[in-house]
Amino acid sequence: MGTLTSLPVAKVRRAREGMRLRVNSSALTGGIILALILVGAAAAPALYPGDPLDMAASPFIWPGTDPAYPLGTDMLGRDIAAGILHGARVSLLIGLVATLVSIAIGVTFGALAGFYGGRIDWALMRATELVQTIPPFLFALAIVAILQPSVPTIVIAIGLTAWPSLARLVRAEVLRLRNSDFVQASISVGASHRRIILLDILPNTFAPVIVSASILIASAILTESSLAFLGLGDPNVASWGGMVGAGREVLRTDWYVATLPGLAIVAAVLGLNLLGDGLNDLLDVRR
Amino acid sequence: MSAVGLIQRLAPGVRWARRLAQIAFIVIGIATVNFFLLHLAPGDAAEVMAGEAGAATPEFMAALREQFGLDQPLYIQFGKYLGNVLTLNLGYSFRQGLPVSRLILDRLPATALLMAASITFALVAGAALGFLAARRAGHLTDTIISVIALLFYATPVFWIGVVLIVIFSVWLDWLPVGGMATIEAGYQGTAYALDVGRHLVLPAVTLGLFHLAIYTRLTRASMLQIYGQDFVRTAVAKGVAPGRIAVRHVLRNALLPIVTMLGMQLGSILGGAILVETVFSWPGLGRLAFEALFQRDLNLLLGILLASSILVVVVNIAVDLAYGFLDPRVEIS
Repeated sequence: MGTLTSLPVAKVRRAREGMRLRVNSSALTGGIILALILVGAAAAPALYPGDPLDMAASPFIWPGTDPAYPLGTDMLGRDIAAGILHGARVSLLIGLVATLVSIAIGVTFGALAGFYGGRIDWALMRATELVQTIPPFLFALAIVAILQPSVPTIVIAIGLTAWPSLARLVRAEVLRLRNSDFVQASISVGASHRRIILLDILPNTFAPVIVSASILIASAILTESSLAFLGLGDPNVASWGGMVGAGREVLRTDWYVATLPGLAIVAAVLGLNLLGDGLNDLLDVRR
Repeated sequence: MSAVGLIQRLAPGVRWARRLAQIAFIVIGIATVNFFLLHLAPGDAAEVMAGEAGAATPEFMAALREQFGLDQPLYIQFGKYLGNVLTLNLGYSFRQGLPVSRLILDRLPATALLMAASITFALVAGAALGFLAARRAGHLTDTIISVIALLFYATPVFWIGVVLIVIFSVWLDWLPVGGMATIEAGYQGTAYALDVGRHLVLPAVTLGLFHLAIYTRLTRASMLQIYGQDFVRTAVAKGVAPGRIAVRHVLRNALLPIVTMLGMQLGSILGGAILVETVFSWPGLGRLAFEALFQRDLNLLLGILLASSILVVVVNIAVDLAYGFLDPRVEIS
């Protein structure tokens, strides 16, 4: 092994070059996957008008055997393609709104703790640690079980359990920015705390928050589908996880019923993760 | 001397006192959360605790209301609830006919076995794949491993379980569909252990694959970071063999962030265990949580929430202690 390329330095350089190439391609790939899902979600009512939970044809039409039902039908004769497209609307909606709830809580906690420090910081960080200790999925499950499953309660449950990592991230950013020259300048000209936090500090935490947001949406979609899989989905809407759960009954004979909707979950989460990875490097966020 | 330095020099008793205070704080905090969740549920707490829908007699409901002081102001109710929790009285499950704490202790070993097996699998396989990817950084091997990790990272645990059942139980008929042992076979000793092992493979792999992806990415990233450091350059300059550098110098130093990650991920592994145990009918805490959910036994569900949170705290303390062994430079605080 006498060649230059076997040296660790070359190894690191090659990895970095590889990474730069992959950055743009991963942001691009993720963006394309997401765009396709968004188009599918938007087209769902036009392509498949009516309730996707209604019986559309005879049960157990296998995928690819009837052109009218490209992905087949399940044990109740529901069109799987219609369920997946309508499910995309629900999954994306829940993922997005739950993440907005998480961002609202996490940014508020992080900004106040980082800016004021002292007792406020102590109290807010203890609360953050407490929520972080409770296994998030179990916590969300308990909240949904108690409030009864519906789209709003699922959003609240995921939003209430997913914010701690964001609060820590924002707090660290605020701590860093608080002592920077421009914030000190604002303080010295007598700007109000509110103005400093909202107009000086928070806009500068935008990049890491946006990167976290795409990862949070991905994990919210995973949580939502897991809840639905356990029977804690909104019973009135089609959900990817719920479709996988229902299909388990016929796993031995008609495995496509349970497996096909799962591919939609993988695609959505993969797209968001790739986008997050790509944005992370494009926006040059250090983590 | 700084205050921190002073604390570090004090007897280990102070550290343990701080850890116990931490546990107490978490227990009280979660008990508080649980108390308010119980009160959010429709019906009064006695109905919720009795498992709803008339699982208990009216006389028993009255006794329960008295025991928890449901006719008294909220702060007295809260005090009584907290007192019960701190004396490890988590209530009684009318649906299961056993005390909640007993049910939890009965199911804990199965979950512990599942989690230990899947964490071991995820750690060993993840570190190996990450090691391979870092050594072949930028090459095809690296790309393939990274893509695999990315895919597993995006795949829901329950769906992996369903797919593995279809492949290995239904099509190939190699491994059992679910359960923890073949009860009707009545195995003893080694045969029993082997039987449990056969039942363990699919659930452990299912639960481990998601975390394998995390450890693969983490090992690769931290190894590449360490490859750029001066002491590695020194090792190269003095002619240490590349394989030895990779293992002794780089991998060893890359293990610390993995241990940190393990502690942080424990809560999410427990959450995954609920799904895996439901898919494979594995008789652990997660399966118990699912049964509680199905029977609307909310008090049992909240008891499991409390117990698993305590488990997270305890394991994190163990992780803290493990740092000291892995890296003597880290001062245990």
